Amino acid sequence: MTITTERHRGHRDLPRLMGLMTGDEKHGPAATSTLDALWVLYDRVLRVTPGRLDDPGRDRFLLSKGHGPMAYYAVLAAKGFLPVEWLPGFGSYDSPLGHHPDRVLVPGAEIGSGSLGHGLPIAVGTALGLRARGLDEPRVWVLTGDAELDEGSNHEAIAYAGPAGLDRLHTVVIDNSSASHGRPGGIAARFEAAGWSALSVDGRDHEALYAAFTAPHPGRPHVVVARVEPKAA
Amino acid sequence: MDTMRDRFAPVVSRLLDEDPRVAVVLAEIGKDGFAEAMARHPERVINVGIREQLLVGAGAGLALTGLRPVLHTFASFLVERPFEQVKLDLGHQDVGAVLVSAAASFDWPAGGFTHMAPGDVALLDTLDGWTVHVPGHPDEAETLLRHAVAAGDDKVYVRLSTQSNARGRAVDGVRTHTVREGRGGVVVAVGPMLDAVLDATETLDVTVLYATTVRPFDAAALRRATEAAGTGVVLVEPCLAGTSTAAAGDALADVPHRVLGLGVGRRELRKYGTTDEHLTAHGLDAGSLRERIGGFLRAPGDA
Repeated sequence: MTITTERHRGHRDLPRLMGLMTGDEKHGPAATSTLDALWVLYDRVLRVTPGRLDDPGRDRFLLSKGHGPMAYYAVLAAKGFLPVEWLPGFGSYDSPLGHHPDRVLVPGAEIGSGSLGHGLPIAVGTALGLRARGLDEPRVWVLTGDAELDEGSNHEAIAYAGPAGLDRLHTVVIDNSSASHGRPGGIAARFEAAGWSALSVDGRDHEALYAAFTAPHPGRPHVVVARVEPKAA
Repeated sequence: MDTMRDRFAPVVSRLLDEDPRVAVVLAEIGKDGFAEAMARHPERVINVGIREQLLVGAGAGLALTGLRPVLHTFASFLVERPFEQVKLDLGHQDVGAVLVSAAASFDWPAGGFTHMAPGDVALLDTLDGWTVHVPGHPDEAETLLRHAVAAGDDKVYVRLSTQSNARGRAVDGVRTHTVREGRGGVVVAVGPMLDAVLDATETLDVTVLYATTVRPFDAAALRRATEAAGTGVVLVEPCLAGTSTAAAGDALADVPHRVLGLGVGRRELRKYGTTDEHLTAHGLDAGSLRERIGGFLRAPGDA
């Protein structure tokens, strides 16, 4: 496992790191919709480090929305999971970094994703598996997009996880209003109806994200809906 | 006689007791058989409800935490409905599971085409790295289930059926076995087709091979058999006709050969009735097989 020795990268370095992949430091809202939520998770919430990738007790973060993974790679690079030198090769034949991430190639990626609607069901199984192994500490996080919730597989997972009381399971939904047929009553209401704890916050406000991510939710899985600028804007 | 499926829950329940890695995921179907096991191992026997995409995805998540998941429902709902989950959540994530199906090609003909899956093995054939067991008797099913669960983190499919031969044979989860030797061609009987094949070839001078593990295909066994019996080859499979013809062709790629694939036809019959009636309709009863195998292997030009 290659671990970069630079340890002091912060949120302000992320645009530059993303620029290494795209050749452009001015990223549109779609490319950065996940950036702040990812940063707060990796910087302040997730108990996982490059040195703990094989530790059964680590927290798991599953990027289900594998589209536009530049923000994800930038955060992983900033936190030392993968070398910054990999970033300029983004999408090239010999690069481990594709336009959708592959867990077999990317250090720190718990799943490979791209096809929508796979992360949350796998996260449900991961939460069940940790419980079956007696690992009560690790928390499982999965990130989806608001349009990704259209996939029926997510509804299977949402509907199961609530009644099953999977309180180690957490979802963050990046809501950039990209679903073609929106949800009457809002996204959080869907989860709440299935027995989840749910909070909706400004997806650019780090303190609000942190508070929502760390809110207690005994006996229930927890969803944080992080609202960002509409994709169409 | 009990069915292969009757063995499934008792065998896997014992494995749950013996091996803390084993976990079972169900989607309602088959849950009664696991009631006791679920009481003993509530965290490793999981019923996700009627949610087959979640069945496979959750199985993958269990595997990612180091467990050995056994996933079960009817073949239509296990392989066909959540096929992308099978492809990505297991294959692309590089994790394994044991998929155990029931209902096979037409175990419940009165239930109609919604509960028939003759294409399951052919569909899995589009993916890399799957072991496929097609037992022909409940005793063989028991043996192959144990092999499947013990196969490290491999991806294994076990196809259980109410179709069965009269007696079980010694199977090892790897090899194809020689049941009869002849000089006028090779007939490969897959799983529950063996009795009908033996009946059909009684008066023919042919070698009969018996395959219960069809992927990886035992190419060496087929090659050896053709050296003495000639390279006219008939495959008789309880699933879609032609499922294994490519594998047989690859095994014989460097010698002139002829291959006939017999199995379930693609055309939807839109008939109910019994399994035997469907076997007859697809030309898989002993009488039809005698005619079709004999006709093919007696054809001029055979090596």
